[in-house]
Amino acid sequence: MATRSDAPGTGATESLHGARKVGRYALLIFVGFLVLFPIYATLMQALKSGPDAIDHPKSLLPINLTLDTLRSAWTIGDLGRLMLNSIFVSVAVTLGVIITSLLAAYAFAFLDFPGKGAVFAFFLATLLVPAELTVVVNQRTMDSLGWINSYQGLIVPLVATTFGMFLVRQVFLTVPKDLREAAALDGVGHLRFLGEVAVPLCRPTLGALALFTFLGTWNQYLWPQAITTDDAHRTIQIGLERLKIGDIDKLNLVTAGTVIASLPIFIMLIAFQRQLVRGLTAGAVKG
Amino acid sequence: MKRRWRDFPVAVGMLLPSAVILGVFVIYPLVRAVQLGHLRCDATGTRCREGGWVQYVDVFRSNEFQHALFNTTRLAIMTVPIGLALGIGLAVLADKQIRGVGFFRTVFSSTVATSVAVASLVWFVLLQPQVGLLPDLFHGLIPTLKQPGLLNDPTTALPALAVSSIWASLGFTFIVMTAALQGIPRELYESAFVDGAGGWMRFTNVTLPMLGPTIVFTTVVLTTRAYQAYAEVALLTQGGPNPERPTESMAYLIYGQTSLIKNDIGLKSTAAVLLFFVLLVLALVQFRGLDRRVHYGN
Repeated sequence: MATRSDAPGTGATESLHGARKVGRYALLIFVGFLVLFPIYATLMQALKSGPDAIDHPKSLLPINLTLDTLRSAWTIGDLGRLMLNSIFVSVAVTLGVIITSLLAAYAFAFLDFPGKGAVFAFFLATLLVPAELTVVVNQRTMDSLGWINSYQGLIVPLVATTFGMFLVRQVFLTVPKDLREAAALDGVGHLRFLGEVAVPLCRPTLGALALFTFLGTWNQYLWPQAITTDDAHRTIQIGLERLKIGDIDKLNLVTAGTVIASLPIFIMLIAFQRQLVRGLTAGAVKG
Repeated sequence: MKRRWRDFPVAVGMLLPSAVILGVFVIYPLVRAVQLGHLRCDATGTRCREGGWVQYVDVFRSNEFQHALFNTTRLAIMTVPIGLALGIGLAVLADKQIRGVGFFRTVFSSTVATSVAVASLVWFVLLQPQVGLLPDLFHGLIPTLKQPGLLNDPTTALPALAVSSIWASLGFTFIVMTAALQGIPRELYESAFVDGAGGWMRFTNVTLPMLGPTIVFTTVVLTTRAYQAYAEVALLTQGGPNPERPTESMAYLIYGQTSLIKNDIGLKSTAAVLLFFVLLVLALVQFRGLDRRVHYGN
């Protein structure tokens, strides 16, 4: 009994057998169904034609599926434009965060300079300030810069985070100081050491940071809503609301819109599951 | 000493990009908002006069702010414990090494792919009284689903919004808890087993204490999210139904399209600074209160 084949877990020390195994599967399937239900129902609605969705909202079986609703949501909501905006802004912010985090983390991990403690405290202090506070003033700043309805406005305020610096610094701190000193004796400059030694070491962390930043930027709502008024610069998250305004018989356009808006993220998450877990748990689990 | 100054220019160059961004868009807004919070402005938002520090007290004690604080606190009470319990439950359920468990993990994580906006729209359609699926299926059981609709009834609007919120966060909580479970050394379970602890005993005496730090972290994240609730309110209820406005959150009071103080930069700043303080106090209380009961291992 005490020998078990399952990996470390919450586990019962015995492996599951027979009836208990069946019970576990039944529970997993039932709970999985509940969690997925809203997504499944949305997908089914989005794959039905307008009249079908109204007449048979109950029908959850994939009958008479069509891409028409997705197509009209795409055209009516101008979703192509919104998606491109979201992609452009998210990629730009992600690249920015990677670069600023690498540089700042390097300074904190490998350099010794006067005022280091104070600057570090300054970075930490920013962690306490929520977006819900800064938007009031940042809206005005954007206004005076003429950055309302601009990509700069959507991107620039987000390209540095203390979270990113912190994550990269944790990896840099594991590099022995001797390594940097030996490199310095050989005449290797800071930027070359950063590019050739430090960056390769933290590649998995950078992957997690990139994914995490991309997701966060893609999903944000308050900031893009606060500084865009025209459709040319709106991101998909706030642009979707446009589909909601129509009559209730066009409500399945909203479901189609949500499906389209989530699709790239679903694909990314399935492709980068490991990085996601690493990113989400970076602050949560010690060691 | 010479060495320290030698690195100085490089350090400045490397820290400057982050420091400028964080300074201009995080620290400056904090300082500026505290100053602006003194001002009272007219309806057009152009002419403002000094209101003094007392404005913070006035806004905090105002019915509108108290109402929003109350609503937001209710939302947190509804979402945090249930979200946490569901996350832990799902993680424990999917922690066994049985065939196909990877598939279920993907299913349980799937809601991380839905933003708050997408999740809200999904639930908005599901709950729509005339054509929504849930009213269609269950109106016999819960008549409110059709008449007038969960989101249109003052008693059910906030719980319905909470359901959408819990669902949207479930993937995140599940992933974090799963990772934490995998970090628990299995010898602990083995010795508990040898000591004759049953499944429930092992869960309460090994699993829960070892999850402690993660539970603290997740509680703080979920509470902060609840207190920042904005997109779900904007998309599901606009703070309504009127006139009770049981779903008007603090963030919606400040930034909502229907907000009374929309054009008053002074009152907006006051309310935003107060929201920041509420969040700060909550985080401190949670870290201190929960920390004492937590086992950090090693």
